[in-house]
Amino acid sequence: MLGALVCAVLLFVLTIVVFVFKEAWPSFQHNGWAWFSSGGNVDRQIQEIFTAAADLRRPVYTFHAWPIIWGTFLITTGAVALSFVAALFVSVFIVEFAPEWIRTILEPVVRLLASVPSVIFGLVGVLVLVPFIGEHVISDDNRRSVSYIVSLSGYSLLAGVLILTLMIAPLMIAVFSDGLRSVPRGWLEGSLGLGINRWRTFWKIGVRTARPALVAGTVLATARALGEAVMLAMVTGGVAFAPNPADGVIFFVEPTRPLAATILQASEELTAPAMRHTIFAIAAVLLFSALMLSLTGWVVKQPMKKYGVRA
Amino acid sequence: MSAMTAPPAQPASPPPAPRRSARDSSASWRLTDRLGLAFAWLLGIGFLVVTAAIVLYMMVQGLRYVRPELFVTSPSAGFTESETGGFLDPLLGTVIVAAMAMAIAFPLGLCIAVWLSEYGRPSLLARVTESTIEMLAGTPSIVFALFGTLLFEQGALAFFSRTNDGGVVYGRSFFAAASMLALIALPLVVANVREGLQAIPAHVREASYAVGKTKLTTTRRVLLPAARPSVVTGAMLGVGRVIGDTAVIVLLLGATLRFNPAGDVPGLSQLKGTGSTLTSFVYANAPTGEANQPTKAYAAAFVLLSMVLVLNFAVDLAVRRGRRWR
Repeated sequence: MLGALVCAVLLFVLTIVVFVFKEAWPSFQHNGWAWFSSGGNVDRQIQEIFTAAADLRRPVYTFHAWPIIWGTFLITTGAVALSFVAALFVSVFIVEFAPEWIRTILEPVVRLLASVPSVIFGLVGVLVLVPFIGEHVISDDNRRSVSYIVSLSGYSLLAGVLILTLMIAPLMIAVFSDGLRSVPRGWLEGSLGLGINRWRTFWKIGVRTARPALVAGTVLATARALGEAVMLAMVTGGVAFAPNPADGVIFFVEPTRPLAATILQASEELTAPAMRHTIFAIAAVLLFSALMLSLTGWVVKQPMKKYGVRA
Repeated sequence: MSAMTAPPAQPASPPPAPRRSARDSSASWRLTDRLGLAFAWLLGIGFLVVTAAIVLYMMVQGLRYVRPELFVTSPSAGFTESETGGFLDPLLGTVIVAAMAMAIAFPLGLCIAVWLSEYGRPSLLARVTESTIEMLAGTPSIVFALFGTLLFEQGALAFFSRTNDGGVVYGRSFFAAASMLALIALPLVVANVREGLQAIPAHVREASYAVGKTKLTTTRRVLLPAARPSVVTGAMLGVGRVIGDTAVIVLLLGATLRFNPAGDVPGLSQLKGTGSTLTSFVYANAPTGEANQPTKAYAAAFVLLSMVLVLNFAVDLAVRRGRRWR
């Protein structure tokens, strides 16, 4: 009986995946590979898809998602890279070097931060970080130099990356420290016995042994970063603009909008079929990336299993 | 070489302080190692400071703006702070959604975890189930939300939401939101219960079989009670995830800040109707939202954060009680 229940759940999940891809198909079919390319303004394309349906014209499907894909890529990579470095050092600190009293404070704090709802991070970002960037980081010269393309107001790539880093670092720290803690004590002591200092011992043996945990934590955090919609919709500006690295420092304070946040903002207009297919296409890209991500994590972990700890 | 030639300045044995031997003091380390250690300290303390700053900032701002009447008045449309009311409906909405989602996710998760840990045959099915649950945990919640809008707009599921005069099913209701949130809480419940069950030594099961208990009775009467701390932890983490989710609420509970019941059966009509939770209230009242009343957002965020803090504390308590088998 339990087995039947399990099968039912599996079937339901399969239905979800199939339905999302089926609903997404018309959008991909009309655009071909151009769906993933650049060309035109995403916001205007969404508007056009919607108005065409509202005016009962022939449905419009033209959609070139490159700016929001690029935005997702930038925000996710930035946040994952930053939080990987931070989380690695913090978890090494927690597991090996922190004095007992700091450890007893840090561990619950990490767990608490991991469970703070994203909308609260978004609120802090909107009311504290965004005004700060708008007033102190962006100068009037910066603003004038790109004013004919996009307005800089503090809602930016930088704000999104920083807050997202703070959101996903606790997840990484939790998984990393579990891995580091399960490194066999004898391996570390063998190295210490050879006269290697504590830092080098832990860095060369502890961290390397815990590599599967590092991969697992990174995959988990990346999945969270990819799917984060609400916080990013709040702090990154809500404009489907592709930040341009050629702009120099301004690049970091240009607004953008990732895939998930686009779904959130366009969700009011789901009624039109063409609109629904387009939004489901965005969801399908997200779902596919999430699937690929866990697959990659699994593949990367395989060769490490021989000497690594379980993760 | 005799003992006489040894340099006299060297003490015979170092003082017995194992943590502070010469090798432990970083003064003799290479520069890169010392930099690494310094960096670890810096980031560790920095992380603590930043977290404390955020939580304290939210608490202080929340305490400045939270007032008792906010808890008992419903949100309403208006332009000034005094006109827009409180967050009674969102608060109740959060409780309702959490209760409904867990009513689905908890039994389901418990069953799946028991099956995975105690039965797990055929093993191929178990492997597939495991990866599916992992996949659920990694799927963006907005994808579930989007699927939910499609699912509950089907005519067959019209019962669960509002249907307008033309027969179009609206597809947004407490039922819709809770069922999709259940999918988000499910992996947490499964992972924790399963971990708890697996931590129970095999001899406990064997003792129960030896006195003639069936597998089902053993699970119900021996294993689940023994794994209760993990079960409680899983449920609490699930609740925490559910009350913190915003994307599903915004898409599936409708954008109405007040309860907007559908139909005229008391109780059921509320659940079939739209509403809001604290997260969607904060989202709507943030400067980027439609209502834009930051002080209300701070107050609601404070309440939400307090709920999360209490849940965390409960999890800590459950974990501390559960060290029996380790």
